[in-house]
Amino acid sequence: MRRAFLIAIPYVWLLALFLVPFFIVLKISLSDTDLAIPPYTPTLDLSAGWVGIREFFSQLDLENFIWLTEDDLYWKAYLSSVKIALISTIFTLIVGYPIAYAMARAPEEWRPTLMMLVILPFWTSFLIRVYAWMGILSNEGYLNQLLLWTGIISTPLTILNTNTAVYIGIVYTYLPFMILPIYSSLERMDGSLIEAAEDLGCSRLQAFWLVTIPLSRPGIIAGCFLVMIPVIGEFVIPSLLGGSGTLMIGKVLWEEFFSNRDWPVASAVAVVLLLILVIPIVLFQRNQQKQTEAEQ
Amino acid sequence: MNSDVFAPWEDPQAKPLIQFQNVTKRFGAFTAIDDLSLDIYEQEFFALLGPSGCGKTTMMRMLAGFETPTAGHILLGGQDIDPIPPNKRAVNMMFQSYALFPHLSIWDNIAFGLRRDKMSKRDLEERVEEMLRLTRLEQFARRKPHQISGGQRQRVALARSLAKAPKLLLLDEPLGALDKKLRQDTQFELMDIQEKTGTTFVIVTHDQEEAMTVASRVAVMDQGKLMQVATPDRIYETPNSVYVADFIGDVNIIEGRATAQGDESYQIDWAEGQPPLTATSATALSKGQSCHVAIRPEKVAISAERPTDAINAIQGKVHDIAYLGNLSTYHVELPNGTIIKAQTANTRRISRRSFTWEDPVWLSWTATAAVLLEN
Repeated sequence: MRRAFLIAIPYVWLLALFLVPFFIVLKISLSDTDLAIPPYTPTLDLSAGWVGIREFFSQLDLENFIWLTEDDLYWKAYLSSVKIALISTIFTLIVGYPIAYAMARAPEEWRPTLMMLVILPFWTSFLIRVYAWMGILSNEGYLNQLLLWTGIISTPLTILNTNTAVYIGIVYTYLPFMILPIYSSLERMDGSLIEAAEDLGCSRLQAFWLVTIPLSRPGIIAGCFLVMIPVIGEFVIPSLLGGSGTLMIGKVLWEEFFSNRDWPVASAVAVVLLLILVIPIVLFQRNQQKQTEAEQ
Repeated sequence: MNSDVFAPWEDPQAKPLIQFQNVTKRFGAFTAIDDLSLDIYEQEFFALLGPSGCGKTTMMRMLAGFETPTAGHILLGGQDIDPIPPNKRAVNMMFQSYALFPHLSIWDNIAFGLRRDKMSKRDLEERVEEMLRLTRLEQFARRKPHQISGGQRQRVALARSLAKAPKLLLLDEPLGALDKKLRQDTQFELMDIQEKTGTTFVIVTHDQEEAMTVASRVAVMDQGKLMQVATPDRIYETPNSVYVADFIGDVNIIEGRATAQGDESYQIDWAEGQPPLTATSATALSKGQSCHVAIRPEKVAISAERPTDAINAIQGKVHDIAYLGNLSTYHVELPNGTIIKAQTANTRRISRRSFTWEDPVWLSWTATAAVLLEN
């Protein structure tokens, strides 16, 4: 009895905070738009009893999902989101790995400070930090001023409102999610393994490639998923830093919802996005599980 | 000297494999190795023995190439190896933590060094199989390091470091992580493997028993200096200082003043009202020079009556008895408060001890049993 109760708590939690909202979204995605409040039909009328419920279900259809396949805006947006997520994940890895490596190699007394510096940006609002990047990247921004002043360029670069600005914003924002798992896997590594590799004839670079990289692989995989999964659905960065050419599904969803007031299509977009994300989430879970098993 | 006995250090013609030439190593203000010179010969099983912080690990890391001397040179086969990085040295090391690669199987761990040599696939496989046979690990080849026991891991580490057939193998506290029984078995295994492969082994240890068991020669170190370098029996029987005598095994130290009695024979006055002791010393001592008599407990006989023929005999009373099964150690208190340990072998089964606490007893030893050490 007690055991059942203990197990029930997280499931009730999950039901209330995840499954119920999900089913509401799913229900809306199967409805049609309507000039009403809320702006879709049918709505469930329990006062009509069993007939009302039957009536409600008979009006649900997959029309919105079919619509998503008919207009090429949507699949292009999904594809472009995945592409941007993949590319920015690779950039984040390239920038994050050396930082994590340097942190793990730093003297022990320095590490908490370095860790603090990585987490520090979280103390201010994410939105404000993205706005700050607008100030840096705009045509009259600090970056262009600096480059003009040093004489590297003679005309200001257009960075803001391009995909480049989106990549910069994503790499900046998600860097800690890449650094922390890689750092934790590197920090646990026994330093004598590198010495052993050198002793057995490896150069420094070979030892890094043959020992350090394979041993930090769980951290690399975890970091990549932690960056890629939220970036696919990212809305704020592309809408503030990106231009009209930046096509991402988060932005499409927002427009369907607020500009078109087409809640059912917006919900359908969200459901498909969730289905796309299930694949990397499952892979991520598997990686974590494998790692725990290996540690035992 | 019998020419069959392996003792290249006594042959002035023999060329040492490793030469430390006035090597000094400092870490900041701390001197780890202090102007040290040492020769190690081919096929030796050489032990560096000392308490932690004595510099033995630094010596080993300099041989492996992870540290370079601050001053002086290290020669390997006559060549100065200071500028050679660790991956280019014909020296391999077995790490204290074993440092097995957790992501590779036992087989791949052993093959790791060979793969760096661009060996042909057939030769490589043959060599790995040979190493697996040597260390009796054939049936574990496909497992990962975390799937085998500590003793097996130790053997993998040994196989991996021997695979490249190095001129010199360094072993850093190789048996430290094993329990006592397994450690003793492994010591003999190590000696067998060393003999079979003919590789020069340098072992670092703080365990004097281990050093004495495996090594052809032992270097006792303290504070970055060599205290004594000799074969295990010479170290034990003729220590050159109180430090070495005390570090290796159990010893009784009696302080006194020496008076020459004849050829290499000395009389030592050690306490008021006690008969002087007699001991021999190869080094000459001046009259009245203060010195230490070092005597091993097993060389002290214990009896109820005064032995008639003993040169050295002192009376005392039993203070403590330690029964170790094969041996019994008696702590005997002398009239001036000094405790002398005497050890007897329990060669027969005893139902009752001949002495018990507070019994008056006589301790005796021969003139050559003790070593006379200068201050």
